[in-house]
Amino acid sequence: MHWINFPLIVIMVWSGLRIYWAEDVYAFGFLDWEWFKFFPESFYTSLDLNRRLARGLAFHFNFAWLFTINGLAFVVYTWRTREWRELAPNRRSLRGSLDVLLHDLRIRKEEPPKRGRYNEAQRLTYSLVIGLGALAVLSGFAIFKPTQVFPLTWVLGGYTSARVIHFVVTIAFVLFFVVHILQVARAGWRNFTSMVTGYELVDIDPTKPEASAEPEATAGSEATAGSETSAGSEATAGSEATAGSEASAGSVSSVPPDNPQETADA
Amino acid sequence: MPEKPEISVEAYRKRSRRSLLAGGAAAVAGLFGWRWVQNQPETDNIPNVLRKGHEFNESLWKSLFRHDHQARTFDREAASILRLNGRIGLRSEIDLDGWQLTVKGPDGTELGRHVLDDIKRLPYHEMTVEHKCIEGWAQITNWGGARFSDFMRLYEDQLPDDISHVYMQTPDDQYYLRNGNRTRDHYYTSCDIETMLHNQTLLAYNNLGEPIDELHGAPLRLATPLKYGIKQLKRIGEIQFLTETGGDYWGERGYDWYAGL
Repeated sequence: MHWINFPLIVIMVWSGLRIYWAEDVYAFGFLDWEWFKFFPESFYTSLDLNRRLARGLAFHFNFAWLFTINGLAFVVYTWRTREWRELAPNRRSLRGSLDVLLHDLRIRKEEPPKRGRYNEAQRLTYSLVIGLGALAVLSGFAIFKPTQVFPLTWVLGGYTSARVIHFVVTIAFVLFFVVHILQVARAGWRNFTSMVTGYELVDIDPTKPEASAEPEATAGSEATAGSETSAGSEATAGSEATAGSEASAGSVSSVPPDNPQETADA
Repeated sequence: MPEKPEISVEAYRKRSRRSLLAGGAAAVAGLFGWRWVQNQPETDNIPNVLRKGHEFNESLWKSLFRHDHQARTFDREAASILRLNGRIGLRSEIDLDGWQLTVKGPDGTELGRHVLDDIKRLPYHEMTVEHKCIEGWAQITNWGGARFSDFMRLYEDQLPDDISHVYMQTPDDQYYLRNGNRTRDHYYTSCDIETMLHNQTLLAYNNLGEPIDELHGAPLRLATPLKYGIKQLKRIGEIQFLTETGGDYWGERGYDWYAGL
């Protein structure tokens, strides 16, 4: 479930950008001064995001369901296996996160204690990112069907506000992703294999009597994540496959301008 | 949390090998799945499987549609004139005094013709709503006109019970010069009957209290906050009641047929 997220989020961000291209109004700045505009033209051109609104929408509104289902599956799984206890932040987390941050930025020397599988900063960010996923889905539906799910749109401050939230959430996701990858790379290969296999390879302290020189694998993180992943993403692709292969009736070969610039005639 | 048992290094290696193979296979399968979606035959310029997805969304949200789900309304002061976006169907000249609205039944027979005063005789309704474009922008504006449901009642006796969609198009025989060539100027759309009968779906002839101007759809246009702008036909020339879905300009060009909000 963790790994399915990777391609899904990539697809959602990519198709989302194709949609955003059609009306790219958000920018950082103050009054008339524009510091950074989302996004410079070269960004769209290099990623082939121009004039692709129809396809962007089609991918976005289809894969959104997979993202939602996968997210729900993750929550249910974490709940049923009680793994949420490892993940949920607690009273210590805010302070602890600061310690971890200071340590990681090389400002402080002593390593903060790691209680259980994740350190306090991990607890906090991983929990937040799940909340972020939920917010992405909720704000997404608020924009998708603002009248049919009007209470949701109302909670998020209306249609335009929900669209801003959706955009900010996306940016936050991308930032999280970058840091996440950097941290995993920093943590080393063994940590990575543990993410896949669900077991952590540990060197046993040779001073302990029963220890051997050989490293030994102990049970650890995300035990079932690895197997879930492979099974799951195949299933995703598979179910997609069967769903679509039925439909091969009419194909249109002419390619009209996929031209969102003139999209809305009203 | 329940501790997992320790396992031997040998078992660990076996496990990681298996995971690696499975993960690799999954990645390859995912990649093939992705290419498979991209290379699908297309229905109306969208890969079939994605079109199916649009249709799944349509049936889901159609079943959730409720007539008492009202689009948000705003204070009249918040309204402004909409930005212009696309002129398809509006590129040709229009003779507003000679304009007539043609109404057809499912088999194409003409059921009636109307001048604007006929529409103005129906009860007048005004609404200040957020107009949403499929491109992403939204703007608050104000429409005045007759409810489509009141208009349809005029034809109650002549229509079968199973009307499911309404097709609308700009007047026939509109032409304009494009690079010196006489080109047909034609925009059309179809909309499901549930949305058409919603009390916020108007045949609008007023915009902010004034008659709608030409580029915003004079003399008569569809206005509904329940659909994106692509469905809110300007300069209606013909309305046809249908028992199945009809043509749709942007739907045929890769967009979602339903486009409901």
